[in-house]
Amino acid sequence: MNGSWAVVLVYSTSYAIRIERILKAAGIPGRLVPVPRHLSSDCGVCVRIDPAQKEAVREALTAAQVEYVGIEDV
Amino acid sequence: MIPSERPLIYFDHAATSWPKPAEVGLAMARFLDEVGANPGRSGHRLAVDAAQAVFSARDAVARLFGEPDPLRVAFGHNVTEALNLALFGYLRPGDHVVAGSLEHNSVMRPLRFLEQSGVEVSIVPASRQGFFDPEDFRAAAKPNTALIAVNHASNVIGTLAPVREIGRVAREIGALLLVDAAQTGGAYPIDLGTDPIDLLAFTGHKSLYGPTGTGGLIVGPRVDLDRMRPLKFGGTGSRSDSEDQPSFLPDRFESGTLNAVGLAGLEAGVHWVAERGVEAVRAHEVFLTQRLIDGLTAVPGLTVYGGGNARLQTATVSFNIAGWEPSDAALRLDDDHAILCRVGLHCSPAAHKTIGTYPKGAVRFGLGAMNTAEQVDAALAAVRRLADGGR
Repeated sequence: MNGSWAVVLVYSTSYAIRIERILKAAGIPGRLVPVPRHLSSDCGVCVRIDPAQKEAVREALTAAQVEYVGIEDV
Repeated sequence: MIPSERPLIYFDHAATSWPKPAEVGLAMARFLDEVGANPGRSGHRLAVDAAQAVFSARDAVARLFGEPDPLRVAFGHNVTEALNLALFGYLRPGDHVVAGSLEHNSVMRPLRFLEQSGVEVSIVPASRQGFFDPEDFRAAAKPNTALIAVNHASNVIGTLAPVREIGRVAREIGALLLVDAAQTGGAYPIDLGTDPIDLLAFTGHKSLYGPTGTGGLIVGPRVDLDRMRPLKFGGTGSRSDSEDQPSFLPDRFESGTLNAVGLAGLEAGVHWVAERGVEAVRAHEVFLTQRLIDGLTAVPGLTVYGGGNARLQTATVSFNIAGWEPSDAALRLDDDHAILCRVGLHCSPAAHKTIGTYPKGAVRFGLGAMNTAEQVDAALAAVRRLADGGR
């Protein structure tokens, strides 16, 4: 991940874990981390991904019909 | 516990299953020792581990019931809480609700309370043997029928309600179907992918073999979440910037810290059931139940309630012995034979009125997946002695 990341912002921790597991099943690494303060004042977590895989992540989440708030570069 | 020279014969699975699979206690101890943090409330590793444990329980429950979306599983502390959430959350003054005459008080009492605030309630009678005609639910429906609530299996006599047919009626009249799966979840196949059930209330501590303090409501896609009010409002670990309750599942209905240690145990229990397979558990229980029914029916002086066919019921059988009060029989079964059962009205006065045992009640044997044919035979011998006048 070379020091730059993207994150999938989610509605809740349950969504974050669901998304992490969907990505894992699709062979895409993701990790639950606290939401960066500048992106949200929420106290929850988001899923950190490799920015090179943003498109693959979008496709996997669309295929699984799981909602998310957005994908942001960090 | 009273010391017992005999091995216990636990026939009270309809109240709660025991013993639990060893994995359940181990999973709970592991959670307390190694995880322990608050699920979904922080981003540190232990909080994430705790949230993972809760999610794994959600996922296991969803899979067992054929629900494709684990986020539709809203956890609570038991099936009573889940039923209260469904009934108080969904029904409004002016709505009409149809329920069966074998409901547990966990449905009947909320309905009688709601009745006082303008919800119309109709009760469809079961036959004396404990069976429903789905068409009776259609006949009871009105233009304002919002919900049909039905006990999937009687906690008194075990008889199964035809939930698929009742669900089709509900869809045809534009109502939702709420199923109380307290007695069936894990013991009888339920597939939310095909069964027309909109709200499934389950408990963790019976046939899912988890600990007490676990249960929940699976909320189907036909349920309007904006209409359905939570029972509790509060912290969810999500949308902390907002003072309004989240609109999404499961957070909408999961305010306050969950029983995470219990859910870790529940996951282990569900895993234990899934490894064996609900169909295999069901086949074993049908075998034991028919053996019990046939044996009881052959004892002179016994009245056995229900339909007499194990395929049409769960592993719960109620009976009375001529000349015995149920409570005296139970005490003798416990003291002399180490058989643990439940007597009385089983929180279901309506069911006992249906089968003609109100207010005396009955003796209930509730069998489970871990019971054996030898235990059934030993219990039959004990009942025969009581019926013979062996005080």
